[in-house]
Amino acid sequence: MEKLINEFSVGLFFWQTLLFLVLLFLLKKYAWKPILNAVNEREKSIEDALNKAEEAKKEMAELKSANEDLLKEARVERDEMLKEARTLKDKIIAEAKTKANEDAERIVASARESIQHEKMAAVTELKNQVAVLSIEIAEKILKQELSSEAKQSSMISSVVDDIQLN
Amino acid sequence: MQGKKIFKLLLFLLLITPSLTIASEEVVKEESSVKSEIKQDIMHHLQDAYDFHLFTDKTTGTHYGFPLPIILWDNGLHVFMSSKFHHGEAVAESKGNYYKVYHNKIYKTDAEGTLSKDEDGHVTNAKPLDFSITKSVFSVMLISLLIFLLFRGFAKSYKKSHIPNAVGKFMEPLVLFVRDEIAIPNIGEKHYKKYMSYLLTVFFFIWFVNLTGLTPLGINVTGNIAVTFCLALITFLITQFTSKKDYWKHIFWMPGVPVPMKFVLAPIELLGVFIKPFALMIRLYANISAGHIVLMSLVGLLFVFQNWFARGAFLGLTLFLSIIELLVAFLQAYIFTMLTALYFGGAVAEHDDHH
Repeated sequence: MEKLINEFSVGLFFWQTLLFLVLLFLLKKYAWKPILNAVNEREKSIEDALNKAEEAKKEMAELKSANEDLLKEARVERDEMLKEARTLKDKIIAEAKTKANEDAERIVASARESIQHEKMAAVTELKNQVAVLSIEIAEKILKQELSSEAKQSSMISSVVDDIQLN
Repeated sequence: MQGKKIFKLLLFLLLITPSLTIASEEVVKEESSVKSEIKQDIMHHLQDAYDFHLFTDKTTGTHYGFPLPIILWDNGLHVFMSSKFHHGEAVAESKGNYYKVYHNKIYKTDAEGTLSKDEDGHVTNAKPLDFSITKSVFSVMLISLLIFLLFRGFAKSYKKSHIPNAVGKFMEPLVLFVRDEIAIPNIGEKHYKKYMSYLLTVFFFIWFVNLTGLTPLGINVTGNIAVTFCLALITFLITQFTSKKDYWKHIFWMPGVPVPMKFVLAPIELLGVFIKPFALMIRLYANISAGHIVLMSLVGLLFVFQNWFARGAFLGLTLFLSIIELLVAFLQAYIFTMLTALYFGGAVAEHDDHH
């Protein structure tokens, strides 16, 4: 202990204290503050970046799931639409078919009718022609039969004979 | 860029320590006188000096080194270079007063340099107030400048990018180490910020000073009790002046123990307040002094033994211990900072649960 006290130098203590305090002050101002600030800032920016990345990842996942939902919905909608379209098509085709059938039948019926008419008209005309020809034939035959007086008188007598007076 | 060069130079000096130390001691002597000479050299090295002595060529008696300014206050300021003492052999005259160096202390004497001694052999001459720029003061100045330049450059490099310069790449993990492993665990997230400047300064100061102590320049700063006393005193003062109510309560009126025990604990706790920084002071001083003594003794043994096998063995041992001392240099800086942080933590701790 005595040796230590003997060794103690006031001058060295004075200079050491002075120099150390000056060094402390200078380092605080020019080194420690900027260094610790820079390190803190960097640590903060790294943390921020990590947080942001995490957030972006979450957002991406959300977006993806939303997209998938949307896709699923769209698919369902498309299926529904297709189904609807198919039924509509079937319906339209069926309707068209019935209509076509009906039309065809109507056309056939009217054709048949008009044929019937034409036939009737043709028959009537034929009958008339036959009648006219029969009269002409009858005229000619009569003209021939009644060319002589005898014949005319026999004729008359036969007709008269035929006529029975009742 | 300049700081980088200085840092490289320092590293280089550290690496070549053992070989240069040996080279500087290379003096062939008679064995008996060699031993006492080594002892003298070691004692001389451990003490502060008034000139920056590098080595002495004892065959010609020439000292290599440079003088440093002597600043004395003795009814007026006396400033002269230490070369006036001629390595303690001459009496220095300044403004009509005469001074002589005896056992590394300056005494006021007459023109002949007479020293009067009492029965115990203590010099009774008057001692002027001595504020000389001694070897240790000069070293502290240089090292402080070096630390300042290195760390200012390091801090500046952050302005350019998030990644620091070469010095910063090496030092940043250490700065973060002090923050994350020393300050935060011992002081707590809430209060640690105001202590960071002191903790970082004390850590790097002690570490750099310890490292320069391992260079062949023969600097021994932290082996001076005045230096460690100054550091411990600052720790002590900061602890007391930033302490909270709880700190004093735990010293004078320990909660959670019976009243008679409180009276017993108070003086013990109060004593502890002073013992803690005292232990800090002694630990650093003793460790560094011991390291220097052991290393120098081993280097000395190289000259005591004439046997080449023994010399080789001691060379290896010196190299090994130099590396151990490199670790000790860091360890002591760490322990000092760590305990300082622990005391700060005790001063600002808020006890929710009373034990």
